[in-house]
Amino acid sequence: MTLNELEIGKTAKVARLLGEGPVKRRMMDMGLTKGTEVMVRKVAPLGDPIEITVRGYELSLRKDEAAKIEVSV
Amino acid sequence: MAKIKIALAGNPNSGKTTLFNDLTGSNQYVGNWPGVTVEKKDGILKGAKDVVIQDLPGIYSLSPYSLEEKVSRKFLVEENPDAVINIVDGTNIERNLYLSTQLAELGLPMVMAVNMMDIVKRNGDTIDFAKIAKALRCEVVGISALKGDGGLEAANKAVELAEAAAKAKKPGEVPHVFSGSVEHAIAHIEESIQGKVPARSIRWYAIKIFERDRDVIKDLGIGVGEMKHMEQHIRDCEKELEDDAESIITNQRYEFIKNLMDKALTKSEKRRNRLTISDRIDKVVTHRLLALPVFILTLCAMWWLAVAENGPGTLLTDWANDGLLGEDGWTIPFTQTVVPGVQSLIAAGLGKIGVGETVTSLVVDGAWGGVATVLGFVPVIFVVFIFLSFLEDCGYMARVAFIMDRLFRKFGLSGKSFIPMIVGKGCGVPAVMAARTIENKRDQRMTIILATFIPCGAKTVIIAMFASLFFRDMWYVAALMDVIGIAIIVLGGIALKKTRAFAGEPAPFVMELPAYHMPTATGIWRHTWNRLKGYILKAGLIIFPACVFLWFVMHFDFSLNLLGDEQISESILAAVGGWIAWLLKPLGFGTWQGAAASVSAEIAKEQATATLSLVAANMGGDSADANIVNLFASMSAFPKLAALSFMLFNLFVPPCMVAIAVTFREMGSKAWGWFAVGFQLFVGYVLAMSVYQIGVLVAGGGFGVWTAVAVLVDLWCVWMVVRPAKGVRA
Repeated sequence: MTLNELEIGKTAKVARLLGEGPVKRRMMDMGLTKGTEVMVRKVAPLGDPIEITVRGYELSLRKDEAAKIEVSV
Repeated sequence: MAKIKIALAGNPNSGKTTLFNDLTGSNQYVGNWPGVTVEKKDGILKGAKDVVIQDLPGIYSLSPYSLEEKVSRKFLVEENPDAVINIVDGTNIERNLYLSTQLAELGLPMVMAVNMMDIVKRNGDTIDFAKIAKALRCEVVGISALKGDGGLEAANKAVELAEAAAKAKKPGEVPHVFSGSVEHAIAHIEESIQGKVPARSIRWYAIKIFERDRDVIKDLGIGVGEMKHMEQHIRDCEKELEDDAESIITNQRYEFIKNLMDKALTKSEKRRNRLTISDRIDKVVTHRLLALPVFILTLCAMWWLAVAENGPGTLLTDWANDGLLGEDGWTIPFTQTVVPGVQSLIAAGLGKIGVGETVTSLVVDGAWGGVATVLGFVPVIFVVFIFLSFLEDCGYMARVAFIMDRLFRKFGLSGKSFIPMIVGKGCGVPAVMAARTIENKRDQRMTIILATFIPCGAKTVIIAMFASLFFRDMWYVAALMDVIGIAIIVLGGIALKKTRAFAGEPAPFVMELPAYHMPTATGIWRHTWNRLKGYILKAGLIIFPACVFLWFVMHFDFSLNLLGDEQISESILAAVGGWIAWLLKPLGFGTWQGAAASVSAEIAKEQATATLSLVAANMGGDSADANIVNLFASMSAFPKLAALSFMLFNLFVPPCMVAIAVTFREMGSKAWGWFAVGFQLFVGYVLAMSVYQIGVLVAGGGFGVWTAVAVLVDLWCVWMVVRPAKGVRA
């Protein structure tokens, strides 16, 4: 399952990052590494982006960026 | 004595700018979301004349990908700072330490200032500084920048470390955060680059090469042959750990930090899973249904305060315009003392020293009249700026970018492009420059073209004047201008995106939503004053000479005869205005006065109001205000529509000269500069024309040639927005 498919309020662990290059690096820099716990806090009013809680802070990313993060529940 | 240079580095939202202000006492923005501090800023440490604090942009890492990171890296490795103060958000310490490990590897003397300790204590958490200091081989202290606690001590510690390092014979220790095989590979790389880099930073360079950082490899001039040798070690690690080098390094850094936090950070039990205040605020502010209404309400609140008939802004403005600066004078509250207005004081003063009527007119009506109009609206701008500063400092703006992102994505930008537009609420010049942070050239160009459609402070003066003269009972007209600005940005963006020049994949959007915090009064004041200062200075430096020039062309004809007030229609200004007035006829204000005011607005937008005031002052009668109203009545059978059209034209055509100059510079090419100007001129003209023509039609003024033209052009514009997008260009 990818992060954009995770329901609001649910927690999961990052399994793998599917992206590449600067975007992937950015996500890792922000703490989205293998084994990290993430929780989907909410979806923006217009349907995108989503807000997740990771390493104790709030991060927003687009659904198609979240689709590049494989998670395991 | 050589100056000691200390770099101040840390994540965005870690309180770095507050600390910087604390250490240097200089004025700075304290923006609570990424991208505000693009330029490097420096200042002198309080109480130490020869210590320079260099504020670096807020960064999350020292990777080679974003502009802020590149700027920071460049400074840290090329400019040889003597020490680093790494500011860390104590309430968000895990992610903050990610940068800290990288800074520590540079081998520079470092003090880690763990900020927001007051909140950490309040939450009931504890941080063991000694353990962190040992792990990262640096000094660690706790501070609370907001409270002014501990910042100066941290800076002085950094100075001490710098002086000690200068005397030491060998470089300080750097932390080792990686696993066996990675450390092994790094050691090999270090051997290979011995002598090519300063000894103290060799580890940082080696790690970068391990990550295959292209910028570093290029800067060090590492040839293909040398690289092949190091490649072998890197590939061995990648095979063993089943991951690519960059990911290995990032993962291991975070693992190291996690282990460190297990030992050094104790979180209070009772806080777990409880919603913080920020979360609760966000429940409303980014709520699926409530978010947009809340945002619009916020804008309305701002405009109500600023220009509503009985609101504080208008009351202050009326007092400033007529009482304080004008002719009426005002009574000091609770007393019987009447203070004459500045205008009457000047006139009286000149009379006393026997100055003739003409020069008095020049000074009083011309120069002072114009400048006073601009200064008189400072209360309105003041209210708007205070409001904006509060919203930025408390953290709301990041939420706005979050909410708006989907909309911006429709035309290939991100919610981050909203940032220049918010800055544009103050002034278009820094707004256009703020687009620098957008890496994608195409996105940057589009943002530059669209950013100035949000009414800036100077345009606000126009809104304020017209609101008070024509729309007193309709305060929402002011808010409407903002809404129209946003609508133009969205629709204009969609239309541009569909053209071949701008089509393509949208830029990524990974953004932190920092916790809300109550801004300090000093912080808001500094923020507001910075912007306000610019306006008041502009009044002196640009508008004053412009008013003098305008007075001249209003009072002289081409043969340079001095004209009486009633002869103004024979003046140079009237003549030149007349030549171009016919271009503005379809917009409802096609007279020399309307033309002169609009053209003068290109010097500085608020000049339009100053010019109108000057013209009004020379129309005789008692009240300049009434004159302006009559002026519009003479231009059109529908004066309110003409006034609205005038506002729309001046708000949405190209910005003032300075902003246009900056646009050309930031675009980097004359062709793009002209495109931007052309696009903006088209939008402003068509909008004003459409509103006027269709408004006249609706008001019963009949259907004319120009009504038809307006409708046709509008239909074309609608087509440009709704047509299907062409195939996406890679």
